[in-house]
Amino acid sequence: MPTVTEDKATATAKPVSERRSVVVRFCGDSGDGMQLAGSQLTQTSAFAGNDIATFPDFPAEIRAPRGSLAGVSGFQVHFAADTVLTPGDAVDALVAMNPAALKENLHWLKPGQTLIVDDDAFDARGLRQAGYAANPLDDGALASWNVLRAPVTTLTKAAVAPTGLGRKQSEQCRNFFTLGLVYWLYGRDLQPTLDFIKRKFKDEVAEAARLALHAGWSYGETTEALERSYIVPRAKLAPGRYRNVTGNEALSLGLIAAARLSAKTLFYCAYPITPASDILHFLSRNRAHGVRTFQAEDEIAAISACIGAAFGGAMAVTGSSGPGLALKAEGLGLAVMLELPLVVIDVQRGGPSTGLPTKVEQTDLLQVMFGRSGEAPMPVLAASGPGDCFNTVIEAWCIATRLMTPVIVLSDAFVANGSEPWRVPEMAELALIPVKHPTAPAGDEPFLPYARDDLLARPWAVPGTPGLEHRIGGLEKTDGTGAISYDPLNHQHMVNVRAQKVANAATLIPPLTVEGPETGDVLVLAWGGTMGACREATIRARAAGLSVAHAHLRHLNPMPANLGAVLGRYGKVLMPELNTGQLAMLIRARFGVDVVQLNKVQGRPFTVDELLQAIQALCAPAETAEVTP
Amino acid sequence: MNVPTNPVPVPADYATDQEVRWCPGCGDFAVLAQMKKVLAGLGAKRETTVFISGIGCASRFPYYLDTYGMHGIHGRAPAIATGLKRMRPELDVWVVTGDGDGLSIGVGHLIHALRRNVDIKVLLFNNRIYGLTKGQFSPTSTPGLVTRSTPFGSMLEPLNALTTALAANCSFVARAVDTQAETLGEVLRRAAAHKGSAFVEIYQNCHVFNDCTFDYAKDNKIRHDHVVELEHGKPLIFGIERDMGLRQVGFGLEVVGLGDGITEDDLVRHDESAATPALAQILAAMRHPQMPEAIGVLRAVQRPTQNELMARGDGPGLHPTNDDLAELLRGKDSWVVE
Repeated sequence: MPTVTEDKATATAKPVSERRSVVVRFCGDSGDGMQLAGSQLTQTSAFAGNDIATFPDFPAEIRAPRGSLAGVSGFQVHFAADTVLTPGDAVDALVAMNPAALKENLHWLKPGQTLIVDDDAFDARGLRQAGYAANPLDDGALASWNVLRAPVTTLTKAAVAPTGLGRKQSEQCRNFFTLGLVYWLYGRDLQPTLDFIKRKFKDEVAEAARLALHAGWSYGETTEALERSYIVPRAKLAPGRYRNVTGNEALSLGLIAAARLSAKTLFYCAYPITPASDILHFLSRNRAHGVRTFQAEDEIAAISACIGAAFGGAMAVTGSSGPGLALKAEGLGLAVMLELPLVVIDVQRGGPSTGLPTKVEQTDLLQVMFGRSGEAPMPVLAASGPGDCFNTVIEAWCIATRLMTPVIVLSDAFVANGSEPWRVPEMAELALIPVKHPTAPAGDEPFLPYARDDLLARPWAVPGTPGLEHRIGGLEKTDGTGAISYDPLNHQHMVNVRAQKVANAATLIPPLTVEGPETGDVLVLAWGGTMGACREATIRARAAGLSVAHAHLRHLNPMPANLGAVLGRYGKVLMPELNTGQLAMLIRARFGVDVVQLNKVQGRPFTVDELLQAIQALCAPAETAEVTP
Repeated sequence: MNVPTNPVPVPADYATDQEVRWCPGCGDFAVLAQMKKVLAGLGAKRETTVFISGIGCASRFPYYLDTYGMHGIHGRAPAIATGLKRMRPELDVWVVTGDGDGLSIGVGHLIHALRRNVDIKVLLFNNRIYGLTKGQFSPTSTPGLVTRSTPFGSMLEPLNALTTALAANCSFVARAVDTQAETLGEVLRRAAAHKGSAFVEIYQNCHVFNDCTFDYAKDNKIRHDHVVELEHGKPLIFGIERDMGLRQVGFGLEVVGLGDGITEDDLVRHDESAATPALAQILAAMRHPQMPEAIGVLRAVQRPTQNELMARGDGPGLHPTNDDLAELLRGKDSWVVE
């Protein structure tokens, strides 16, 4: 092995081919640093000008037994010279750090494509733990792939030997070795990761990571098993400044921006729960940006503290996942009754109960729509991808303050953990959010805490304002005065008013837009994190001559005013959802139209291929157009 | 406390136009009257005073005070108040709760609000019964109490409100009796003045479902034999004739008669600001009829409040500038596409 001592851009002497799009998946033990390797490849590819989507796929266990199938952690990166809408159905290069990772992930690898394994990890113990009777590297099982058996452990240890690190720490640099190898394979610049290593690690650990990265690159250059490398040219992104964001990061940034735009202090109150905790982490790090965070003793305290903070005039936000939302239900009912503005985030995960805590599902829609006692409607919005979380929470806060109501924002584990390049908005692009607090009325007229404006919103009078002292509570109240009332007709009136107020949000939201033909055979109607896969599938279906359009709902309650008209313009409506048909149930009930469901609850997102097949099956039987996935 | 500049307020200034809907004769009336007196005496500004409650008879309290107020949900008032106080430290935030609301469904929130030293004042009306749901036993019901849900008598050990508050390292812990206006008023004034979370248990008679449960502490003819009124630095003396006292024995206290060679110097002197809550715990745990029950301030110490502690990580300005925000949005690893 050549020892590389200088951090300089390295050029390959082997042939180079161009590819428009590449999907790489790193997989290994949950302690093997696969998330780090994946996120480094993501950042480096972003700097290289590619469009990107990522899919971190990790187990709920922090450290399952080493080498076990349960402990396999993966990170998939799709980078391309064209627009990227999904992390990719299948992968062009699979890096498997041990037999268990190979067994769990081999089915993702396209035939004939590159499999990189750590040959050293395929020992008797590793094979036994993965349940392999024979070594798949030797028994011909992998004949249809281009297998690179790299002695990663041995080479990493040799590379980092000059640092004097012990065996365990040396072996922990295997991820940098494989990352260097992947960087060689796709002509990636080492520099961004070298910079990262300098920032992140110190002394001999930093040196070891640097050496391992270079060693991996050099191995790619020298091994005879790899004949050529590939480059993926820059994508044509709209001009502007970009950064990579995960959904949870974009959501956190959106909350901070919304607070600034409304001249409010952000109060984020939460109880730790996967996959929402990263929002609490991000905001806790940014308390200097006018953010107050509060880790509550439980989910109920989190929503309760938000209600108190909202009463006090703050921008109060709580975030959780499905099981936490269930615990917050009573508090949400109180917020509806009090008519205070709140943003409530539900980063959905596999359920019911503890379910699949790190995996994706869209199974909380009906919970957030109806999961409260009494008639307690609330606006519901869903983010369609990582970057979209930013705009979604800003819009949620606009609606919450304009109508004095709690608003639900749905995200999911796929959106929250996945990342993509996000064009950073200029400050001038962000509209101010007007929020008014009344001051004491002139003269002797009494203050009416439940007076209504044109959209039925009540005034947001905050403690500290002389002359506006008032009491609010969960008991039914007289419209206007807010005095307790058990009058039957008043209750009917108040239920109607609260429902109409939420319905009035429809006047604040844009009409639904359709991608594709204005009329046609099939409309794919979906919501939330399935956006990219649905868009990609409908683009490909149209390219194959099918008459298919795609509409994606951000506003689930109320729905856009033109939705009924849109539904009527297509022969059939296909509704892909990562649940058993929750939005389909609402659409049928609301519009009396039939829809075709496509449902999946496997803790995984849709593949484009699954959607394409469903679209094909729906199109007129006479049409036998070939669809190339 | 926020002190107004307008003329000296009177209790009636804090009354609302709402009809008070407690049962005639309820102990809650006495506490409400005393609260209004205390607010007037302190000159509390109505606009910066907030009462937050949960669910139960006691939790109707905010409707009857012309301040800001919120009637919340069952057990959650301490959490609601915590959020309000975190964001509006200048407000005087009171929580009104009961033994079911605060010690059963909401005990988790209560403990955390106290240990965080949020700087809210918690009044727990203890009537040892569920009143609003019409007479089930509560976590403070005495063993043997026959209620609608314990037809053969309550079997279980009650939860002691004060030892619970002390276990949460609450910085101000006191007990008062609804109809003992003088001590109740004094305890409320001291709670209001305390910087930090204050917890006051108020013995409150429910004459409909659990009448006379506190007669030993309320009846002027006998109560001095059954309660010891605490005074900081003073020996623990009680009795109608003030002829009994509390003396240390092992890790506890015993009742002794004064005289026959036993003098005040042999008695334990109350120390509400002791280094540890050990004495307060012993006083809190004293139960009628074996021991006299402690009335007054058991513990009053200073420790940093939640807002003081959190200030370290909070930024100086509530609103970042546009430049700050733009920098945050850009992040550390951005790039430009031309």
